Amino acid sequence: MAESVETQAAHHEDAHGHHGEMSFVSKYVFSTDHKVIAMQYLFTGMAMALIGGFMAYAFRMQLAFPGEAVPGYGIVSAANYNALVTNHGTIMIFWVAMPVLIAAFGNFLIPLMCGCDDMVFPKINRLSYQIFLLSAVVLISSFFVEGGGFGGAWTAYPPLSAKAEYSLTKLGSSIWLVAVALEFIAFLLGGINFVTTAMNSRAPGMKLYDIPIVVWMIVVASILFMVSVGPLIAGAFMLLFDQTLGTQFYDPDGAGDPLLWQHLFWFFGHPEVYVVLLPALGIVAEVITTFSRKKLFAYRTVLYTTFGTGVLSFTVWAHHQFVAGIDPRMANIFTLTTLLISVPIAELCFVYIATLFGGSIRLTTPMLWALAFIAEFLIGGVTGIFLGASGSDIYLHDTYFVLAHFHYTFYPIAIIGTFAGITYWYPKMFGRMLNETLGKIHFWGSVISFNVIFIPLFVLGIAGQHRRIFDYRNFPELALPQYQDLRILATFALLVMLAFQVVFLYNFFMSLFKGEKAGNNPWKANTLEWTVPSPPPHGNFAEMPTVYRGPYEYSTPGRDEDYWPQNVPN
Amino acid sequence: MIEHFLPAASSYAQDIDNLFTLIFTLVGFWLVLTEAVFIYLIVKFRKKDGQKAEYYTGEEKHLKRWITVPHFLVLICDIFILVGAVNVWYNVKQQLPEADEIVRVIGQQWAWTFVHAGPDGTIDTDDDIAIVDELHVKVGTTYHFKLEARDVLHSFSVPVFRLKQDAVPGRVITGWFKPTKVGEHDVQCAEICGIGHGLMAARIFIETPEEHAAWLAGQRPIALASANTPQRVED
Repeated sequence: MAESVETQAAHHEDAHGHHGEMSFVSKYVFSTDHKVIAMQYLFTGMAMALIGGFMAYAFRMQLAFPGEAVPGYGIVSAANYNALVTNHGTIMIFWVAMPVLIAAFGNFLIPLMCGCDDMVFPKINRLSYQIFLLSAVVLISSFFVEGGGFGGAWTAYPPLSAKAEYSLTKLGSSIWLVAVALEFIAFLLGGINFVTTAMNSRAPGMKLYDIPIVVWMIVVASILFMVSVGPLIAGAFMLLFDQTLGTQFYDPDGAGDPLLWQHLFWFFGHPEVYVVLLPALGIVAEVITTFSRKKLFAYRTVLYTTFGTGVLSFTVWAHHQFVAGIDPRMANIFTLTTLLISVPIAELCFVYIATLFGGSIRLTTPMLWALAFIAEFLIGGVTGIFLGASGSDIYLHDTYFVLAHFHYTFYPIAIIGTFAGITYWYPKMFGRMLNETLGKIHFWGSVISFNVIFIPLFVLGIAGQHRRIFDYRNFPELALPQYQDLRILATFALLVMLAFQVVFLYNFFMSLFKGEKAGNNPWKANTLEWTVPSPPPHGNFAEMPTVYRGPYEYSTPGRDEDYWPQNVPN
Repeated sequence: MIEHFLPAASSYAQDIDNLFTLIFTLVGFWLVLTEAVFIYLIVKFRKKDGQKAEYYTGEEKHLKRWITVPHFLVLICDIFILVGAVNVWYNVKQQLPEADEIVRVIGQQWAWTFVHAGPDGTIDTDDDIAIVDELHVKVGTTYHFKLEARDVLHSFSVPVFRLKQDAVPGRVITGWFKPTKVGEHDVQCAEICGIGHGLMAARIFIETPEEHAAWLAGQRPIALASANTPQRVED
């Protein structure tokens, strides 16, 4: 053991010396440093979020004021509308939630929290980001080709997605598919690093039960992603061949089957929900333990529950296909598995809530975000029951109830969880504190307006409003003025929410220069990243740390301090 | 609850509404209870000067039961919901009652064609009546529908019936409904099917037998060969 520490330390000295005088380009553009790559993922994800948010603005304006030119976009035609909703979904999941939650936080946190100088395969890590950036450029280019962007929904069901004569976006469909495939390759490469580094490169003394929950969650999420994505990559290639080479994998005229794609897509697509959920749950665990000064309630239960959820998540995919034309008897099995998965997820929520019991809670901005995650995610969770139950899904499938449900899961994951993470680790990332007042204004503005967007959409879903319609005036029962009022309300709330993001961007960039200096450990937290300077230097640890205890020893009896960093000897 | 927004006009619509209400009650109870406990804890355990937080590992028996008991209660609620869901599903999708009449429903970009039995009461005969975007049915009659798609996926959705079924090219999917209330309502395509998806609206006319007979009398059979037989391009 001692020998390996020495080797690592020597390697680190070497790395430090060697990279002493790097040019700006090699330091920030072609760097193999995990922290720089994390920032690249973070900023790319934030830029893509702005694009995805703009798309939401354009199509929500069309829904509120159908047929009128949208300021900054123009008239939204039916084809524009389909391309906007398709790419909004694609971008928010694959180019925002994944790069930020897994890649940015995974890259930043895993080496720092595990006590090592970098990822195990730094060059693969760099390659991962470069392919990811390429995939984003490819995706954006698809909006500008002849025929416009792909508009067959983010699920890309064939035959619509497979034949240009149906989709009318020959190039757009193929480029979209290539972009998604490239993105998957980027995350396969990233996943290799996350799992290997966390499993093989931890500081001496850090046993499996001493790993912070967020690292565990990112590892499990990476494994889920790598196991589930294979079939979809194969499926994506078959779809690409159908589009470009005239094969008929999904074409009933050639004895293919359109439903095959749905199985391949959702076999990936459902675990994918947990791929982004788990890192967010991990971030929340770190934040609520730090700011309630409490040990995480039942660490091992959380861990085993997470593994169980991961396994179960592979058995629920066909609940997306109850009415898709599969054998109706299958629905009974998938209803059973889907209801079962509510048990571990409910358990995780209960454990987090139990952690607050007996705590000393400080309502800082990151803590507000973490608590809001639990409050809002619960709503997303329980509304999933209506859809997992086959009988009620007959009515609710493909209505706005589904849309509101998954936004109540993905918004807490991708937005609330991300903000919890950014506000919590910002001092470590940039060495300065964010402004708390602005942070709280941004928090309340974003969370309240989020609820005002999506509660009306639940109501519209119950009233039978189906999805992906650019103009409801064609459906007399949906064109009623009371429903139009709800659409306008949701759109108005979206405008408010987008406006509040300006507060965040201002706070984020101003604090880079004007924020109060953070010091090593502003939150008095236990995990290893707080033992190094903020921002951490290249190579992270001047001296490789040794770990003596688990990450959540807050308020341990018999100690004066209410925290006990992992690397402090007894 | 759903009926507050939209009438229930088929024999199984009420069952689906009841299932919705059952789930709403159970999960609503849990949601309110959990959020209440959650907010109570946040308020109760706010930071107080000079007071340290308690230290629990979460393995203490008297504390852990606060997790395990709700955990089993959730499981019990799940069983209720499962039984309700499977029961409704079985009646709507698995067990088809004897049909009084058959109607063909054909989706294509971007219209619905409905092939009604003519005066002879049977489908696939010369007096069939095929109409675009209008479905005429008799109240109190059990229908089987034979659902097809010509090009891409569509989804035959009749919200007042609480009915939805995707149409898949290359397959004929059989389902059923029994209208229970007269009226005129929307039929939607609920699966994105290209740029005209938002225009793929049809209407369903639920009529008394007399009204239906009068409507039938005013129709001229159209020998729409293309509408009766699934169009398959043979290579």
